[in-house]
Amino acid sequence: MNWIEIFRSGISTGTVLLIASIGEILTERSGIQNLGVEGMMLLGAMAGFKVAYQTGNVWLGLLAAIAAGGLLSLAHALVTIHFQADQTVSGLSLTFLGTGLALVLGEGLTGLTAPVIPSASIPLLSKIPYLGPVAFANHNLLVYFGYLLVPLTWYYINRTRPGLHLRAVGENPAAADTLGVNIYRTRYIYTFLGGCFAGLAGAAISVAIAPGWYSNLTVNGQGFIAVALVIFASWNPWRAALGGYLFGVLRRFTLDLQGPRMLLGLANPFFFNTNLVFFLQMAPYILTIIALIWGSSAARKKRIGSPAALGVPYQRGERGL
Amino acid sequence: MTFTETPNAVPAVEMQDITLRFPGVLANDHVNFTMYPGEIHALLGENGAGKSTLMNVLTGLYKPQSGEIRIHGKKVSFNSPKDAIANGIGMVHQHFMLVENQTVTENILIGLDTPRFALNLKKYDQEISHLADQFGIHIDPTARIWQLSVGEQQRVEILKILYRGADILIMDEPTAVLAPQEADELIETLKGMAAQGKAIAFISHKLTEVKQVADKLTVLRRGRVTAERKDLENFTRESLASLMVGREVIFNLHKCEQTAGREVLRLEDVSAVNNKNLPALRNVDLALHEGEILGIAGVAGNGQSELVEVITGLRECTGNIWLEGKNIANKPPAFSISHGLAHIPEDRIGVGSAPNLSLTSNIIMKRYDQAPVSQKWQLNYVAADALANGLKDEYDIQAPNVQTQARKLSGGNLQKLILARELSSAPRLVVAMQPTRGLDVGAIENVQQLLLNQRAQGCAILLVSEDLDELLSLSDRIAVMYEGHVVGTICSGDFDITKIGLMMTGTLPQDLPPEAEASKPVAVGSISEFDEVLDHVKDFERIDEASPAGQPVILSEEAAEEPCGDDTSPSEQLEDPDAGLTEKERVLRKVLGKKYQKGDEE
Amino acid sequence: MKIPYPVLLKRHEDYPKWLPVVTSVGAVLLAFIISGIVLAATGANPFTVYSYFFKASFGSWGAFSDVIVKATPLLLIGLGCSLAFKMRLWNIGAEGQFFIGAFLASAVVMVPLVNLETTPRWAVIALMMLLGMAGGALWGFIPGYLKAKLSINEVIITLMLNYVAILWNNYWIFGTWSEAGFQMTKTFPRSAWLPRLADFADKIPAFSGMTAHAGILFGIIAAIIVYQIIYKSKWGYKITLIGDNPRAARYAGIDIARNTILVFMVSGALAGLAGMTEVSGVVHRLQERISTSYGFSGVIVAWLAKLNPFAVILVSILFGALLVASREIQPSGISFLIQGITLFLVISSDVLLKYEIKWVRPSQETAQ
Repeated sequence: MNWIEIFRSGISTGTVLLIASIGEILTERSGIQNLGVEGMMLLGAMAGFKVAYQTGNVWLGLLAAIAAGGLLSLAHALVTIHFQADQTVSGLSLTFLGTGLALVLGEGLTGLTAPVIPSASIPLLSKIPYLGPVAFANHNLLVYFGYLLVPLTWYYINRTRPGLHLRAVGENPAAADTLGVNIYRTRYIYTFLGGCFAGLAGAAISVAIAPGWYSNLTVNGQGFIAVALVIFASWNPWRAALGGYLFGVLRRFTLDLQGPRMLLGLANPFFFNTNLVFFLQMAPYILTIIALIWGSSAARKKRIGSPAALGVPYQRGERGL
Repeated sequence: MTFTETPNAVPAVEMQDITLRFPGVLANDHVNFTMYPGEIHALLGENGAGKSTLMNVLTGLYKPQSGEIRIHGKKVSFNSPKDAIANGIGMVHQHFMLVENQTVTENILIGLDTPRFALNLKKYDQEISHLADQFGIHIDPTARIWQLSVGEQQRVEILKILYRGADILIMDEPTAVLAPQEADELIETLKGMAAQGKAIAFISHKLTEVKQVADKLTVLRRGRVTAERKDLENFTRESLASLMVGREVIFNLHKCEQTAGREVLRLEDVSAVNNKNLPALRNVDLALHEGEILGIAGVAGNGQSELVEVITGLRECTGNIWLEGKNIANKPPAFSISHGLAHIPEDRIGVGSAPNLSLTSNIIMKRYDQAPVSQKWQLNYVAADALANGLKDEYDIQAPNVQTQARKLSGGNLQKLILARELSSAPRLVVAMQPTRGLDVGAIENVQQLLLNQRAQGCAILLVSEDLDELLSLSDRIAVMYEGHVVGTICSGDFDITKIGLMMTGTLPQDLPPEAEASKPVAVGSISEFDEVLDHVKDFERIDEASPAGQPVILSEEAAEEPCGDDTSPSEQLEDPDAGLTEKERVLRKVLGKKYQKGDEE
Repeated sequence: MKIPYPVLLKRHEDYPKWLPVVTSVGAVLLAFIISGIVLAATGANPFTVYSYFFKASFGSWGAFSDVIVKATPLLLIGLGCSLAFKMRLWNIGAEGQFFIGAFLASAVVMVPLVNLETTPRWAVIALMMLLGMAGGALWGFIPGYLKAKLSINEVIITLMLNYVAILWNNYWIFGTWSEAGFQMTKTFPRSAWLPRLADFADKIPAFSGMTAHAGILFGIIAAIIVYQIIYKSKWGYKITLIGDNPRAARYAGIDIARNTILVFMVSGALAGLAGMTEVSGVVHRLQERISTSYGFSGVIVAWLAKLNPFAVILVSILFGALLVASREIQPSGISFLIQGITLFLVISSDVLLKYEIKWVRPSQETAQ
């Protein structure tokens, strides 16, 4: 097994989860939970691939993916913010809607090839032993975008005025409202942004990390894992990054387990019985469950809670006003 | 009605002919309200009289259907709170509008246009410290809200307004959440701000307090102004009550003299943590007997909720809780319910009822498993409806029928529904938390009488209330809580509002000045008013030098063990209950006697 | 950008009984119209597609029999979801519970747990039903337990368990139970087949070729039972109370953790039974893709039926028709699309039940 390669590819696949989770963190910090990340990612993956294929320009593809994810999320925003519908059910129907739209509009794209996001190495940094080849050499540009996204998001949420308003809206919308923060507008904006990031994450798969359109197998549950990561990360971008990359690495590691004949000096069961591969494929999902269990007990110990108004529709005058 | 114009001044606020109609309610009916710079203007009225609505119009939260607002003579039209803030108007809501996990500074900065983008918290921390110093407010700007006491949180709210450069401040019942002494401090701060030229609207329902703080008074009833005047001295409680309530209110509770019976509830060394995992109850010992009402006094958030929750099985604790000889500590609620515990929860909508279910479903909440409602695995809805109908009549619950959803009931009727459910099960112990809060006068009387009836039937009652009047008039003993401790227990013969007030701020009984004990024990039946606290505090300061040592008081240790005997007749203790009162107050007391004006409840 | 505050002004005190029916039907019709527009945009003729759609599902008794076959798992899963949703438990894991149910039911034949030659057919089927339900209940127990004891979001757990269940099945059908390397088990012996209409073709010739099987009867019986549970039983009262206000339920002495686990298990058992009827009544073997997202469609069925068990019967037939038709029409995603749009419209239309809508200009706006 090539450890450099495992970490390298872990970081690149982890970028998908990272981008989607950061988007969902922004959405949830405003008090809206969007379980439709899977649908938005799939639509983004389709739109990105289709536009890149048709125009020959991968950047237009990215734009299309961002727009597609964002537009789809507006349906969720309308229904949950204005109509005050249940956010779980709405998120679920968004998954259906996104999947349906992606499959209908993505008809006939399977097997085609489209331009992909270019790769690059960072001068100097890529020369660092071990770390260089893992993190800074020959990655597609979205991976580097991911590196920037984490500190920027953290700074935005915790150290800027709009970030302050975002947190206030998610924690105590009534308080923010009395101070003149527009609750509905804020929630629309961050639901939309979350959708844009989900769309981008989808495109990160279809035009960068695993290029191509494989209908609904393209995303294959990563949207749901991204939502789980948000809980695991306690709504903190740094922990979301940690979780995303860790997932990427473990995912790649389990796939590579089939490679060697010998493992720790013993015959490798995964090499000799190819059917055991299904258990390896279960790993990300089981890991998600374990991460949630671990996250819930950690949250209890450290008293970290979700945004206080998460999932609660806001309407003026319901209480106290 | 007299109304004197302040000469040569432009009013800070001029609201004319404000009308605001909510579905089914005329909240403000052609209301006029004028306020001048440097003036503290009290706004009095019952719950639902339209005070808060009027102020929410002024803060831009609601838009009136008609009427005009002028700020410093300039006509304005507010589309959002932002517009009101821009015009120098700020409001401290009764329920604080603070983001718990943000710092003081962050809370103050919410909604502002500066800083444009990056928050330089250090710089703003300093600015806010300076501002606080200017108005004599003590606060750490870097503290997170959840770490602050209620009084400190209120200061943050005031700072929030001052930081916005507001010169018009609205305080919505600011003293309701404070201990008497804290309230005094607040009033000094407000007076200081008025002296600096701020106009302050002070929503209240307590005449004494209003007299102490306000320059002018406007009374609202059912959305209309019933009085606006400056001659506060000439107001009596009676005239005020009739202005607020619209009829003479004579509060007439039937509380029979009776001796407490055997022990029903005993708490031994009970400790618990709150939702934030911080200690909320510390080594509490309490005992409660048949036919006895034990009042729990304390400023909100000093462990009262947790106390109720551990007794009712809704919170884990250490120590023992004996109900009729059974240890119910850490037992599921079903266990204590089956052993005769009834619970009237603080949050009627959030805990006490299922809002979208029918009256019937709410009535059978604790009884679905007993015949005749229970019929093998099935629920006998015919029997359930019959039960509900019976209780609906008995407790006079106003609703079209028993299929009506609970959320459609008014606050008073919802509380009657809860009482009907809890009291009809012949409980041994009733735990009632804030049973009358938010109800109107008639309903309050009703609820309190129902509790006294239970007492007469030999039921033990634990009454938690932030309304000292209520505690004083209903309780046989009062235990005062502070930071999770029971600071002390006082028997009805020794009720003394000053002492209770001091204990509510953490003064231990043995540390109380003896003069305070002597000053004014209040007899059972002749009921003191929370209002008078501040007067008493002042009196207490005055007597401090003169008065001789007073009566010893039965305090915590023995009191926890034994119920107060009725042999300590009030008259023996009351040598001169009116000592230290001003002439006017003496007269007031004589006039009111055993009558009780409940006009100032909210 | 100025987004106006709610135009929803007045809370309905009461709405007429027919309103929910109208909004649900309206939502479905509107979903078809919107999907038609999407179809037209992709170049297909929506009228052709829809008329084909109708013919493929209701054109003949044979076609209708196919609809019933598809409706059977939807009915069972929809009932399970209705029960869970009544308590506001988001069991999105019916798909996984379905697969584990199908797996354990198949184990009766594949292990085999009984002698298939000698055991009477009713006993084999009863055992398969029992194990199918046990499998679903087990798969429902996990998220129920995690929710009850650690308050972990059940949506994510059930979704993850769906993937795990499908991969678990794959392991068996690709490996141990694979028949000659194909991705399926051998065909079950007749004693493990649920009776079908076609079985009676010798007596009633019209039934020949009809694949509708006894599973639909289980579904109808289950609907009656679930109805009794929700609307008549003490347990149903507790479920409803927890669903409306869990804090009130806890205050009333109801054990929420226990009921969470129990409801999750019953909900899972119904999905597991659906898995059993699919292997025993339709494909007669365990294979890949025995479900076309029944688990998710069941969620929509329950929601569209407003959690009423008898309405679930009707709605599952409608969705059965959708699934039958979408097998044959292109593009394949259209059924997902219609389902997604329907669900969106249904939850949006709920607002009509809560509020009387008045459009107000900002100048007249008053907050409630």
